[in-house]
Amino acid sequence: MTRQQEPEVPTFGKDLVGLEELSREQLTALLDTAEHFKEISVRPVRKVPALRGRTIVNAFFENSTRTRVSFEFAEKRMGADTVSISTTGSSVQKGETLVDTARNLEAMGIDMVVIRHASSGAARFLAERIPSSVINAGDGKHEHPTQGLLDLLTIRDHRGPIEGLKVCICGDVLHSRVARSNIHGLRRLGAEVAVCGPVTLLPPCVEELGVTVFRRIEDAIEWADVLNVLRLQLERMKSGFIPSLREYNRVFGVTRERVENAPRDLLILHPGPMNRGVEIDSDVADGPHSVILQQVTNGVAVRMAVLYLLSGGRPEQAETVKQGGEG
Amino acid sequence: MRPIVLRGGRVIDPSQTTDATIDVLLADGRVAALGESLSAPDDAESVDVSGLIVTPGLIDVHVHLREPGQEHKETISTGARAAAAGGFTAVVAMPNTDPPIDSPAAVGFVRAQGEAARAARVFPSGCITMGQKGEQLTEFGELIDAGAVCVTDDGKPVLSAGMMRMALEYALTFDLPVAVHEEEVTLSRGGTMNEGIIATRLGLTGIPNASEDVMIARDLMLAELTGGRVHIQHVATRGGVELIRAAKAKGIRVTAEGSPHHFTLTDAAVEWYDTNAKMNPPLRSATDRDAVRAGVADGTLDVIATDHAPHHYDEKEQAFEDAPFGIVGLETALGLAYTELVATGLLDLSTLIERMSCAPARSMSLDRIGLGSLRVGSAADVTVIDPRAEWTVDPKTFLSLSRNTPFAERKLRCRAVRTIVAGRTVWEGGR
Repeated sequence: MTRQQEPEVPTFGKDLVGLEELSREQLTALLDTAEHFKEISVRPVRKVPALRGRTIVNAFFENSTRTRVSFEFAEKRMGADTVSISTTGSSVQKGETLVDTARNLEAMGIDMVVIRHASSGAARFLAERIPSSVINAGDGKHEHPTQGLLDLLTIRDHRGPIEGLKVCICGDVLHSRVARSNIHGLRRLGAEVAVCGPVTLLPPCVEELGVTVFRRIEDAIEWADVLNVLRLQLERMKSGFIPSLREYNRVFGVTRERVENAPRDLLILHPGPMNRGVEIDSDVADGPHSVILQQVTNGVAVRMAVLYLLSGGRPEQAETVKQGGEG
Repeated sequence: MRPIVLRGGRVIDPSQTTDATIDVLLADGRVAALGESLSAPDDAESVDVSGLIVTPGLIDVHVHLREPGQEHKETISTGARAAAAGGFTAVVAMPNTDPPIDSPAAVGFVRAQGEAARAARVFPSGCITMGQKGEQLTEFGELIDAGAVCVTDDGKPVLSAGMMRMALEYALTFDLPVAVHEEEVTLSRGGTMNEGIIATRLGLTGIPNASEDVMIARDLMLAELTGGRVHIQHVATRGGVELIRAAKAKGIRVTAEGSPHHFTLTDAAVEWYDTNAKMNPPLRSATDRDAVRAGVADGTLDVIATDHAPHHYDEKEQAFEDAPFGIVGLETALGLAYTELVATGLLDLSTLIERMSCAPARSMSLDRIGLGSLRVGSAADVTVIDPRAEWTVDPKTFLSLSRNTPFAERKLRCRAVRTIVAGRTVWEGGR
């Protein structure tokens, strides 16, 4: 006999492609589940059997260290069997298409694929073509949903409910999948969201996503409770988006002076890796407002929650799972 | 070859402002007679076309037939048959093949393959510049002698304004149209769809309208400066339509295309990453689509052309940014044009035929060899159309080698039921 589901406990689909597709209830359930799982990572034995017997492939078609390692830790701590492949050394180098790579992996019997790819839409493309769960670990300039979730969790840890908070995403929003996941997740949970940067690095029509646009960092800081400072890819200067890193720091850098003059006690996030002295000064990155390392810690918990819920785990059983049950 | 007499059809021929229920006699590859109850030679094939429409053969001045070099996408033969199945009696093949058609020998090859296909006529076009590199003009005179009807670096813009000026000036000797794909590539920045909120949400780099508009403005100015004939391909922006409208009012010699996908769809069709909605110029906003419709209606865009761009299934079966631009169009063009423009009241049937036959013929000077008209003595190129046909697009039935269309399962009205080229039926179906 199946137990009647509580109406407020949401279910999850096969895949996690983006935060744009998630409801408020799903986002909250993910964050709450991650909250339960945080504790697993601080135990002497950092492992539960929740995903025992499940096979997960981390397919990274684009370079990544932190996201890949974070997923690997999350998978191992949940007891899954994992394999990681990257473009170097895989048959992708031999001209195999994305869909063939996926089908070959599928043919070996897997449950989930974590995919990082340089093309926007690659995760959805895969999700529509294979029966396994697909988790987007960053696709081009589209979304990076687990980064968005860990940002939400970190903000919630420090500032309580997201609803009503003013969060400004600063810098190269144009090329940022982190920005898009943040915008969708924050807005769905009721935050006011702004973006700030040189207009060359803001996406066209971004205000139609429901965000405020600031052209000066001073105005953004005057307004915000939270700053999420994006990494500036250094090659943007060569492509002409900005004249120099020096000027970028002068005009848009999150400096100690700017943070100290803020009307509110700012919370500063950065998805990493940082360019110290460009988009963010070391004083700020290492200072009291920064929660950058906590983001990294929360990343593992969030990814454990995603793996657990996409593999059929129920949010209300997370506590049992944490105690060593298989949920 | 037996003469054909088409009996009882409604003959619509805008070239002689004919709209009447009369018979048409085709003999010796020419239109031999028009009139009520025509007497025909004894050996003539008599075809009852009552309830159907008889028009000068439809002409698509913008198709990619991929041969030589990419025969897995399409060949001249399969493309010419697909054209016939779509009601087209003639097409102009773009020269961006591999290698590009920039020599008389290459033009001759396309022409010979076209003749061998024995389907729609295939008119070659030649490159404006050698290898489409934008550096050195091709031998326009030699290309024309080999069979080219226009020059174009289609697929690529002519980046240098100075080179474009020289192409327009040099073409004056031959009164040759110079056809242009208008794109300022430094504004496109490698983009893959229309710039706007959908591109921003999908994380795709957008191509702004200005990318197209600045080049259209440039080339209209150069056409004015030189007196040359410029043919603007696949206009997709409201700004482009306005610029061309103003240029025509000033008497600048310009012809321009509106494509079925640009007057039917918007960039909303790209969601979520449908590679069959990826083409260049991209699908744009509803305002742009409506401007293209209005441009086709008032004749600013005097030519409906498909930009038929076949790609193999595997090439489109990729992440959006990695897939090539382009969709097939030959076998859906008439249905889309009728359904979107005539059935909606924007165009009458006669104007539709003008845009799909007479004006395309004039834009490539094919009227000089008797195309785009049913006047006695014209080429016996005829399309018989059933305007009441209702059908559903099924890419599996396409004669094209490729299936890359965003219109699968779309319900359309009107289709060609018989395509006659030089007095010979090259395609029959439908009814």
